[in-house]
Amino acid sequence: MNTNSNGELLLEMRGLRIDGFRDEQWHEIVKGVDITLNRGEVLGLIGESGAGKSTIGIAAMGYAKPGCRISGGSIVFDGIDLMKASEDEKRDLRGVRIAYVAQSAAASFNPAHQLIDQFAEIPVEHGKSAKAEAYADAKDLYARLQMPDPDQIGYRYPHQVSGGQLQRAMTAMAMSCRPDLIIFDEPTTALDVTTQIEVLVTIRDIVEQFNSAAIYITHDLAVVAQMADKIMVLRYGELVEEADTRRMLSDPQEDYTKSLWAVRTFRKQVEPPAKEPKALIKVDHVSASYGPVPVLHDITFEIHRGHTVAVVGESGSGKSTAARVITGLLPPKQGQVYYDGEPLPRDYRRRSKDQLRQAQMIYQMADTAINPRHRIRSIIGRPLSFYLGLDGGEREQRIRELLEMIELDPDQFIDRFPSELSGGQKQRICIARALAAEPKFIICDEVTSALDQLVAEGILKLLDRLQQELNLAYMFITHDLATVRAISDEVIVMLQGRIVEQGRKEDIYTPPHHEYTELLLSSVPEMDADWMDNVLAERANKGGIQSAGN
Amino acid sequence: MTDQNSTVGQSADAVAPPPPRDRNWADAWRELKRAPLSAKFGLLVILVYVFVAFFAPVLTPYGESEVVGPAYDVWSDARPLGTDNLGRDMLTRLLFGARNTVGIAFVTTVLAFLIGGIGGIIAATLGGWMDQLLSRVVDILMAIPQLIFALLLLTIFGTSISNLVIIIAVLDSTRVFRLARAVSLNVVVMDFVEAARLRGERIGWITLREILPNILPPLAAEFGLRFCFVFLTISALSFLGLGIQPPTADWGSMVRDNATLITYGDITPLLPAGAIALLTVGVNFVVDWFLHKTSGLKDEH
Repeated sequence: MNTNSNGELLLEMRGLRIDGFRDEQWHEIVKGVDITLNRGEVLGLIGESGAGKSTIGIAAMGYAKPGCRISGGSIVFDGIDLMKASEDEKRDLRGVRIAYVAQSAAASFNPAHQLIDQFAEIPVEHGKSAKAEAYADAKDLYARLQMPDPDQIGYRYPHQVSGGQLQRAMTAMAMSCRPDLIIFDEPTTALDVTTQIEVLVTIRDIVEQFNSAAIYITHDLAVVAQMADKIMVLRYGELVEEADTRRMLSDPQEDYTKSLWAVRTFRKQVEPPAKEPKALIKVDHVSASYGPVPVLHDITFEIHRGHTVAVVGESGSGKSTAARVITGLLPPKQGQVYYDGEPLPRDYRRRSKDQLRQAQMIYQMADTAINPRHRIRSIIGRPLSFYLGLDGGEREQRIRELLEMIELDPDQFIDRFPSELSGGQKQRICIARALAAEPKFIICDEVTSALDQLVAEGILKLLDRLQQELNLAYMFITHDLATVRAISDEVIVMLQGRIVEQGRKEDIYTPPHHEYTELLLSSVPEMDADWMDNVLAERANKGGIQSAGN
Repeated sequence: MTDQNSTVGQSADAVAPPPPRDRNWADAWRELKRAPLSAKFGLLVILVYVFVAFFAPVLTPYGESEVVGPAYDVWSDARPLGTDNLGRDMLTRLLFGARNTVGIAFVTTVLAFLIGGIGGIIAATLGGWMDQLLSRVVDILMAIPQLIFALLLLTIFGTSISNLVIIIAVLDSTRVFRLARAVSLNVVVMDFVEAARLRGERIGWITLREILPNILPPLAAEFGLRFCFVFLTISALSFLGLGIQPPTADWGSMVRDNATLITYGDITPLLPAGAIALLTVGVNFVVDWFLHKTSGLKDEH
């Protein structure tokens, strides 16, 4: 956060225009954006998917993805006009003076080589340093990035380290030639909150240490507030607003910016109905394992009619596995799942049609959860004819009702294919398909985590409204505590296959917390530029837990 | 993409798309017009062959195995391509050959795809011992060189057209099986298949409605290639005397029967070979175009 800028201009883009090729035509996807960046300055680019923020970030290297072209404007990096520079000149800059850290570190490393070899590749290739020097430098950087066992970890292969470590190894790699500019493209989006804060801290520190300038691309406002000196809000390839981080947070000018800021304020309004004596779903002392590897250890919880139970935890905590046990995809080793007091067969193949109908599931990736070759009519219509025996006009009528329920115009959407829908619309179709079965209970597995914040909020509101209208019970699996706060009645916190804490939302969110719940809660970035410093200070005082994620 | 414009009544993309069926045809026609020259040429060749196969008896005054003149007669007005080793009209034999060779190859390929495609999808969907059983059977069949295996089986079961079709279809279905299984495995792990399973759908629905539509593009492209291979295998077998039996006209055996003419510098025996080559090239042009289209579609998702 400290502005190290000494006012020396490093990167200047003027009237940048970029076209994308789609439907056999060139479309303008970045429509004249100006960016100036001084040495040592961190610029945050935020916007929803499709806003053009990644495209602009990559354009800072004078590069356009396949299917895109830079059609206008100027890009000047430290006096070099990248629009006129030859490929060779640009290649000399990339990786050496301008580095790029991608969202998915797992996809950006070559799985067949050790981390340290991949680190050394660029400095050695560009003649910056000898191999031994590069190796020593890698170990130094790994230590600075607080990776465990910095002397040895480089000799591992990408699949042998965790996601957070891989993201840090990637940051180290970007640092290998001490670039003047680093472009971070959503580097923490794929990480758990507890890991995210560690990566954020190390990225911020190392950028400061080497006085690099950075462009930090993200859709998460709270994250960018910690990292950037100034923020640019983009929409549809155009600049909406640009300001210093603090002013942007405290006093956004444009309506669109304000709406982005307001997203996190959605709260469920209505109190859940009183608990009935018999729980709708009861998971009773369940243990489960994948082959010989135990994943769930003796978990017990109840979900009542009309209630929303949020299950939170990091990846690998067993929260999705719990859902698989309830649906019968993974028969438990021990224990029993009850539906309305009746024991459910352990394997879904032994369950009756009616038992299957009662519990529906909504998935994280709406893209893969609906068949791309079916029209909306048959996607929603199938459960209607399969479970309820509807056909002909009756079925058509019900499909239309369901589409209206999820706020999509039936006349427009009923004949479309999924590829003709946006991400949020696809997720709505998944909800309609689940509702078509007329269930009492719906499992929502990270349903909003692949969506932009505004869209996600729309989905949460829809789910909330449907719950009140239809008295549905939700099991809401998520790693996002903002979502939990918005929608849940009760919360279950899971860690390594065990339930750490469970209870009413108010109880979970008011201290005293379990130690792990505390760590989770304090790791959620807040819309406050000083949040990370405060958290670090607090943790340092308490001591110890900061390293719990390693 | 924002979701805001999805709310009823205030949609930004409110222009209603045309009814789906019309749209499909219109799309297909537009695609066809934009197709590269090679693909258009390929389509034309295929259409001509299909036309000839259907209307062979109308296009020529002679019968398929009717002796109309002396053996190895030269090209003349009455018999534009001369006669063959038994004095049958060469052009007539060539036209009927289209019907026999192409027709049999087509039936064989369809059969191979039915066997291999269904087997492959079922192996991928069910997994476990069923997958093991089917895959190992296929491994065994593939362990023996195809042409030699076909020769062996034809010798054992006798050379009738039905035997020929069944044997080649079974041997070729192993290749289809492997492709169908591999592409199905990618689809089987998708959430929508899991959703269908959790809905309680039977295996038939899952394979036919959930998986098959998603693996159709690679299978259709493979169909074109397989058709060529089957076609060539049948011609090769006929050339060796174990394929389509005389007096039925067939391009492979026509080459063999008239091979002696080449010694005298006559190109007539090369015409059936040319007919084989032309169709193979045409089919491959179309397949290339189709593969290009479908892989282009994949980028959009």
